[in-house]
Amino acid sequence: MPLPGGARDRKDSPGNRPMKNPYLPIPMILKKAQIETSDRLLRTLELSFKNQEEENAFRFIPGQFCELSILGKGEAPFGIASSPMEKGVLKFTINRAGVVTTALHHLEEGAEIGIRGPLGNGYPVDLFEGKNLLIIGGGFAFTTLRSLVAYFLHPDNRSKIKGITVIYGARMPGLLLYKEELLEWERRDDLRLVMTVDWGDKDWKGKVGLVPNVLEEIAPLSEDTYAVLCGPPIMIKFTFPKLIALRFPNERIFTSLERRMKCGIGKCGRCNIGHLYVCKDGPVFSYARLEKLPKDY
Amino acid sequence: MKFKLDKKDFERFLKDLMEAYDLFAPVQLAEGVSVFRKIDQPEEVHLTQLVPQKSAKEVFFPQSEVMFRYETVEHREPILSEQRIERERVLLGARPCDIEAISILEKVFAGEDYTDVYFLEKRRKTTIVTLSCNHPLTTCFCSSTGGGPFRRDGSDLFLTDLGESYLVELLTEKGMAFSKNRFFREAGSKDFDLLKELEEKASKKAEASIPVEGIEKRLDLMVESPFWDRIHEKCIGCGVCTFLCPTCHCFDITDEAVNLKGQRVRNWDSCLFPIYSLETSGHNPRPTGRERTRQRLMHKFNYYPKNFDRVACVGCGRCILYCPVHFDIREALLYASSRRSKGQEGQSR
Repeated sequence: MPLPGGARDRKDSPGNRPMKNPYLPIPMILKKAQIETSDRLLRTLELSFKNQEEENAFRFIPGQFCELSILGKGEAPFGIASSPMEKGVLKFTINRAGVVTTALHHLEEGAEIGIRGPLGNGYPVDLFEGKNLLIIGGGFAFTTLRSLVAYFLHPDNRSKIKGITVIYGARMPGLLLYKEELLEWERRDDLRLVMTVDWGDKDWKGKVGLVPNVLEEIAPLSEDTYAVLCGPPIMIKFTFPKLIALRFPNERIFTSLERRMKCGIGKCGRCNIGHLYVCKDGPVFSYARLEKLPKDY
Repeated sequence: MKFKLDKKDFERFLKDLMEAYDLFAPVQLAEGVSVFRKIDQPEEVHLTQLVPQKSAKEVFFPQSEVMFRYETVEHREPILSEQRIERERVLLGARPCDIEAISILEKVFAGEDYTDVYFLEKRRKTTIVTLSCNHPLTTCFCSSTGGGPFRRDGSDLFLTDLGESYLVELLTEKGMAFSKNRFFREAGSKDFDLLKELEEKASKKAEASIPVEGIEKRLDLMVESPFWDRIHEKCIGCGVCTFLCPTCHCFDITDEAVNLKGQRVRNWDSCLFPIYSLETSGHNPRPTGRERTRQRLMHKFNYYPKNFDRVACVGCGRCILYCPVHFDIREALLYASSRRSKGQEGQSR
């Protein structure tokens, strides 16, 4: 792809040492958008890079996030839902809730949008190598977990880990994200997918019940296994003790936290838990680390 | 290198300075209210108020700052300009506490991974001319937090008010650039004696009295202490302490735009406001004054020290002077320091 004319001058200070301005978004194009859920509150955006050199420079691992920026409306942080193995695109699933997310829902295909990132630490994918993965997700927090699963399901990476078990819960079947992909996962023999809802309907074939209870019921082995969970605070709160009861040591439980953020780079102050910033030192924390911090989340 | 600058020459000295630099110094807005502003006329400079109400941090980190402007034309190349400063600057008349605070902020804004270009560019382009603190107030406790009324660290030039003149010390390379100034006269032993006397007198007045040493470790044991249940009760959450604090650095980022033309702006924010951490879902990780007061004090005396090896307080006393309900951070520190043993406190989990 040829460089678009007049790539913006991002060289910064006129002083001696050039500084990169981390507050400037890079331009992306909304390639495709899709409503995910029956309540129409979740929309997945597929973005492609406007400038080739920025695409080349963009390297991320599952669990990292970006600030999506709409000029005139503002910025908000979202986990990257696509896997690093999907080249040239970034996917984000947006829950419509406030000013920025509403604008993101109204954005038309072909429109320009800004991003800043990748931000945060991401899941420790190297640490997971050679082990089993237990992935537990609730509601629309499933985005970065989807990135993680897709990353390890890629033919280049599948042999890096042993078994994958995914427990995914939503309030209703219509609220599950990435339904087509879930069907594909169900057909695989190298992944165990357990889906659960709070209220089923006549077509529902999965489980009915809350995620922590389903976890207790299927009781996955903790041996040689890392657990990764992401969901609403209430789910996290009740899932930790179940994992402990299943003999998962604190060091092998990881979760990704969400906090109100602005800068995304550890300057603006609001997302700290103790001396750590969710944006910069997280959003992924081991339970062993989290346990030592004030319960400010 | 030391010189003398007569007060009768001071305004002309400033005028010269303003030829080459943008000058920032305290300006009196009303009786007892002075703040740091860009100076247009030398006579605006007002150096008598000991602790200007607002600290010198806004010279580097303005209360409201445009980060960049934009104008969208058919979805193309919308970012027009970043806000950058052109001229070298001089910050004159801040006291040692405010200067120490700037080095505390710099640690956050410089960072290891990301550089806050807005803060850092201003910092690099600024020559700091500090004014000694000859008469510390009763609310001052700089000596307790590692500073002092004549602390010279971070200053390029250091002025001491000798009555009829200022004693000028050139401390860095940036400061040495002033060595040929036409208003600087040779200083004599009488001046040095007076400097020594003033320094000793002020240091005695500001003697360390608040036990800040070891506070980080003590607070480690107090995360779930009933201490926080009590201490926040009288706080009305107005946030004035955080706005006047020279080391508070929290900010919000918002867009201000009409149609497709606008700007992205950052504004000071405060951890004492409920909305600060309130999430769109309605969940608030710091739902009451207990958590918010804990955040303010822990950030200064436990979290920041864990990251940067010193407390994020310089003892300027503004939060004590201007609190509408007379919350005194020194009392909190004294109380915390009196609770030592693990047995007395709730564990941190």
